[in-house]
Amino acid sequence: MEHPATHAIPRLQVRNLNLHYGHFHALINVGMDVEDRRITALIGPSGCGKSTLLRSLNRMNDLIPGVRITGEVRIDGVDIYAPGTDVCALRARTGMVFQRPNPFPLSVYDNVVFGLRVAGVRGKETLDAAVERSLRAAWLWDNLKDNLYGSALALPLDQQQRLCVARLMAIEPEVILMDEPCSALDPIATAKIEELMLELKKQYTIIIVTHNMQQAARMSDHAGCMLLGEMIEFDGTQRMFTNPRDERTQDYISGRYG
Amino acid sequence: MRLNTETIVEKALLLVALSALMSLLLIAVFIFKEGVPFMVKVGPGAFLFSSEWEPQNGLYGIFPMIIASIWVTLGAMLVGAPLGIAGAVFLNEFVPRGVMRVVKPAIELLAGIPSVVYGFIGVMVLAPLIRAHLGGPGLSVLAAAVILGVMILPTVMSIATDAINAVPNSYREGALALGATRWQAVHMVVVKAARSGIIAGVILGMGRAIGETMAVIMVAGNAVRAPGSPLDSVRTLTANIALEMGYASGMHRQALFATGIVLFLFIMVLNSIAMAAMRTRAGGR
Repeated sequence: MEHPATHAIPRLQVRNLNLHYGHFHALINVGMDVEDRRITALIGPSGCGKSTLLRSLNRMNDLIPGVRITGEVRIDGVDIYAPGTDVCALRARTGMVFQRPNPFPLSVYDNVVFGLRVAGVRGKETLDAAVERSLRAAWLWDNLKDNLYGSALALPLDQQQRLCVARLMAIEPEVILMDEPCSALDPIATAKIEELMLELKKQYTIIIVTHNMQQAARMSDHAGCMLLGEMIEFDGTQRMFTNPRDERTQDYISGRYG
Repeated sequence: MRLNTETIVEKALLLVALSALMSLLLIAVFIFKEGVPFMVKVGPGAFLFSSEWEPQNGLYGIFPMIIASIWVTLGAMLVGAPLGIAGAVFLNEFVPRGVMRVVKPAIELLAGIPSVVYGFIGVMVLAPLIRAHLGGPGLSVLAAAVILGVMILPTVMSIATDAINAVPNSYREGALALGATRWQAVHMVVVKAARSGIIAGVILGMGRAIGETMAVIMVAGNAVRAPGSPLDSVRTLTANIALEMGYASGMHRQALFATGIVLFLFIMVLNSIAMAAMRTRAGGR
């Protein structure tokens, strides 16, 4: 496995990551380096482990009974699986956007400040400011500034998904993990989210799982292709899509299976 | 031929289905037929708001019983709702699924215990404890509230459990992924999402509590008097009907039917609130 040419210390490093669900070996010796302020795409056929890998990066897999994880995941050099890690603080540093928009059944305002509230931030002015800043960052402020106390569930799906992004903006994570964030959206909404991602890339490190080859090709700087739990290729996106080193990557990208 | 069988079966099923509705209608008509003329004769004010219940002297004020029913029901709610909700939250959110599969049916079994057994335990265990430690006659609002609180536990808990169970897992994941602790995710998101279902459970539990008769007769003491403290002995609306129906006749008997109307209305109101709460939940998704 080869790493893209790196100019600086990678923001996030995965080394020899192995994950078992009971007897099922879901991730096999996975490794990758994710660069700061880049979009890294994880691709591969269904069940290849890309979502599992993504969920290993903020320890969401801890929630599943019977999971065993070995290996290292380092963010800024610190192993997140080291004993004594504050998992809540870790998850606040690695925001996640899910496949289906999952705003809470609360108001827009309460959704945005949720992460701040659980972290103990109080004070109306601080929260108000965070709401405006976050909604602006997710391009929702103009749509929602007059409807901050309306239910988040009443919004159209693409606004719900952007609200989920705004929820992250409020807590300013270092890494944003996106698990097929556009799969529930129509093409126009997808385009908006993609545009937003390119904007967010200026400040945030983004890792996205996607089934959509075109999306990976046009959005990402680096890409990792997974198959049956292994990272079969990790490289610059341009290079992987024009000249893959691994025949299986070639087969997947050209749609021979998946 | 075949079509004929179809029609017959369909008509037969319709008849069976209607029988439930018919019995409700018959009961309502019967109670109102006996009770309404009485209320008109005595006057709703003298019936509902007078404290004198002396049927032999023609005084039919059920005010103390109304107050007693309300106290006992609210007391039962104070005991049953927190226990039921906390139990539901705990079983759903903090315990492995396997434990839930054992504990939930066990709690639902509580609903299968005959109410006379609850009353018996109340008389033998609870009332003496209250008398010894808190004073009063022991048979009291407090005893009735505690016993009823346990009796409505299965209702509250099983409806609250279903409501919490129906909260999509994506809400929990979303909260945890933002750095919430398990407890923060539960009380800030999950319980709020399940709120209307939980309220419905509590109100249906209240409906059960206000209608319960046997256990209440055994533990509440049955004194016709508006309670001044939770340690006082009281008689609820249901107890009043059950205790006196055996020997009542004439106006007295009609007074008991009129008591039934009051009870009927209470329960109808509670059930409609519960149904409205459940509907908001269905509409809110």
